Amino acid sequence: MSIEIRHVTKRFGDFTAVDDVSLEVASGSLTALLGPSGSGKSTLLRIVAGLEFPDCGEVLLSGRDATGLAPQKREVGFVFQHYAAFKHMTVRDNVAFGLRVRKRPKAEIAARVDELLTLVGLQAYAKRYPAQLSGGQRQRMALARALAPKPRVLLLDEPFGALDARVRAELRDWLRRLHEEVHVTTVFVTHDQEEAMEVADRVAVLNEGRLEQVASPLELYDEPASEFVMRFVGDAHRIGGRLVRPYEIALEREPDDGAVEVEVERIRVLGAEARIDLVDGSGAPLVARLRRDELEQLGLERGEILWARPERALAATAARP
Amino acid sequence: MADALGIAAVRPRRAAPRGERLGTSLTLGVVTTFLGIVVVLPIAALVWQSKGQGAHGFWSVVSSPEAVAALELTLGAAVVVALINGVLGTITAWVLVRDSFPGRSLVNAVIDLPFALPTIVAGLTLLALYGPSSPVGVDVAFTRAAVVLALLFVTLPFVVRTVQPVLHELDVEMEEAARSLGAREPTVFRRIVLPNLLPGILSGVALALARAVGEIGAVVIISGNNPYRTEVASVFVMNRIESGDPAGAAAVAVVLLCIAFAILLAIGGLRFLLTRHERA
Amino acid sequence: MRRFLPRVVALGYLLVVLLAPLGMVFYRTFQHGAAPVWTAISSPEAVHAFELTLLVTAIAVPLNTVFGICAAFAIVRRRFPGKGLLNAFIDLPLAISPVVVGLSLYLLYGRTGWFGSWLTAHGIQVLFAWPAIALATVFVSVPFVAREVVPTLRELGDDQEQAARTLGASGWQTFRRVTLPSIRWAVVYGVVLTTARCLGEYGAVAIVSGRVAGKTETMTLLVDDDYQNFDLSGAYAAALVLAAIAVVVLVVMTLTKPKEEAA
Repeated sequence: MSIEIRHVTKRFGDFTAVDDVSLEVASGSLTALLGPSGSGKSTLLRIVAGLEFPDCGEVLLSGRDATGLAPQKREVGFVFQHYAAFKHMTVRDNVAFGLRVRKRPKAEIAARVDELLTLVGLQAYAKRYPAQLSGGQRQRMALARALAPKPRVLLLDEPFGALDARVRAELRDWLRRLHEEVHVTTVFVTHDQEEAMEVADRVAVLNEGRLEQVASPLELYDEPASEFVMRFVGDAHRIGGRLVRPYEIALEREPDDGAVEVEVERIRVLGAEARIDLVDGSGAPLVARLRRDELEQLGLERGEILWARPERALAATAARP
Repeated sequence: MADALGIAAVRPRRAAPRGERLGTSLTLGVVTTFLGIVVVLPIAALVWQSKGQGAHGFWSVVSSPEAVAALELTLGAAVVVALINGVLGTITAWVLVRDSFPGRSLVNAVIDLPFALPTIVAGLTLLALYGPSSPVGVDVAFTRAAVVLALLFVTLPFVVRTVQPVLHELDVEMEEAARSLGAREPTVFRRIVLPNLLPGILSGVALALARAVGEIGAVVIISGNNPYRTEVASVFVMNRIESGDPAGAAAVAVVLLCIAFAILLAIGGLRFLLTRHERA
Repeated sequence: MRRFLPRVVALGYLLVVLLAPLGMVFYRTFQHGAAPVWTAISSPEAVHAFELTLLVTAIAVPLNTVFGICAAFAIVRRRFPGKGLLNAFIDLPLAISPVVVGLSLYLLYGRTGWFGSWLTAHGIQVLFAWPAIALATVFVSVPFVAREVVPTLRELGDDQEQAARTLGASGWQTFRRVTLPSIRWAVVYGVVLTTARCLGEYGAVAIVSGRVAGKTETMTLLVDDDYQNFDLSGAYAAALVLAAIAVVVLVVMTLTKPKEEAA
């Protein structure tokens, strides 16, 4: 099922959570809504789910207007950051809920529940209660529950935000593999740019309720549409009015066109890379990244004065001050 | 962190230093002496003296027609009132937590009125409003309905106050999840909200029951205290004392005591069963 | 409509059962003007009833406050056998009928009671005098301060107290300077509930007081007594005083309610 969001705006009192956002999500794709907290990404997701209703604009699901449609009728699966597990029901009953509500025959429900529990690796926990599961297990249960009634869209609201780093990384990979197997249109919300870039086919970057850019992870990194996007998806530094990536800073002993005077504060070697902490004339910190051999060629020392120059001039649109 | 690994966090037990142990013993001594004199001793005297005339004497009072009628009325009215306030109290709690309207905090404060107002005053005012000179033309004075009305007043806050915190803690996302899975509103309430509210409702109902069984002040004016018709058990006990039959009074009083304990135990057990999913 | 219906049901119920009756007290009392009210309130019986009520309340509240704080501290912060039993007995007055309370005191301090002969021999009158009324009032108002302080103490945790100890404070100093201030609002709320209970007690004192007008009647007994004697203006006047105090109590309750209980 494809999703089309047209000029959606949502306000809460004086606060504009979503500001005239238009976005298309292709059927079967895996899209991330990326942005800092307060950027409106969760609100947008909830509007797609029908858990909130926009003040203006439309939401179309498979081409049909679903803007005012109740969540029950949208055939969306929703996964919450804090699992929203039905704590008074067993794992099995949780997963079966969507099917029971649709009054499917018992045998069909049992088979489907078993299928999903196997898919998420929770067969052994079927009779347990959510309170007896770890965070990661609860979220896998929540996923199984959302998938059970075969939704046409899967929406995940910061699904791994409440989990610790190791579990998060595992589930991230797992979600990617799940999507490749199940192929349901998936949209997930995250504030973690690494997560968005690693998992999604396309990333929509939101800031203060507005859509900044929608593109593949690589495009976002190489051709950011604004300074915000550039800073959000990776490290960026300002040199002489231009915004560049740490690995795009060339350090030279002689001044050149567009170069800025900097002082070396600290040199750190991290494996095959070196990270050089610099300070420019105004005291602003910069970080340059060099390969080990480049570092050795330069022969840098602490306190040295050098000239930093953007090595690859990025597209003019990227460097708006 | 320990939680994620499934290890229960264990607090190291420290041995209490001597000064602290002395302080504890002293405090405990004061506390138990006070409680002993004020509460335990009188109750012990009651239980002991109810056996005064032997099992036969005990039974003859308790099974006398007047006592039976009083106990039936008391229990019947208490159950009716607990059920009514169970339902209406839950609705009230719902409205106070989930709804918003001008004056909501005032209404919330007023719920505690039965805790603040002397029961005899409550009875008098109910009589003024729903008795012989009622300005709204409703006269239930000296009937069994009056007993129910008085008990409704005094037990109103219990269910509201036990359900409110549960409603507050209730994860709204559970309801949203249920909706996203296709459940319509009545189903959401029935399958998701109510099961989680039930322990709280039961606590309130138990407290209301125990209170209703023992109530006297609110009932004594408006019910008329007609034996066999509108005399509740507590009034019966009082009459027995005034008639110079303290042993008889004690017998029925012990029955009331046992009923209160039975209620608290039964509902405590029910709550335990209902919340087993919360114990990891 | 779905939102509207529960609201109407709840508010309607509260109006019928709570608010309208309360309004009636104020209306009925002043129905015949303020003069009869003043006469009734200033009668010797009424004044005495007021003083007696205040006396027993002034005895019960401090006793139960100290008890409640000590008991709560012992229950939450210390280990000892029989904790469950202690808890049960503290909660007991909430579960039993006031009439049972009165009867049990009667059976303890009455002429035929356990202490009866000893008291008579020493010429001490407990029953049918103010000591019995005080004992009854103390009995019924035992739980309130303890029950408010226990959850507060539990939630606070003893980290602050442990910090104080490491800084050199003795047990008593820690209690006075760290524990007490942190529970003060719970104590205030408990005191308010205790006071309300003391003022409103009827069943137990009805049995142990002897109900002699002008001698052993509390305000609640006076209301009943006046009503039984068809002195409606007296009954309503006393009821009004009690209701007015109740409204003040309600306001203080609302202001000092611990937040985990407030909506």
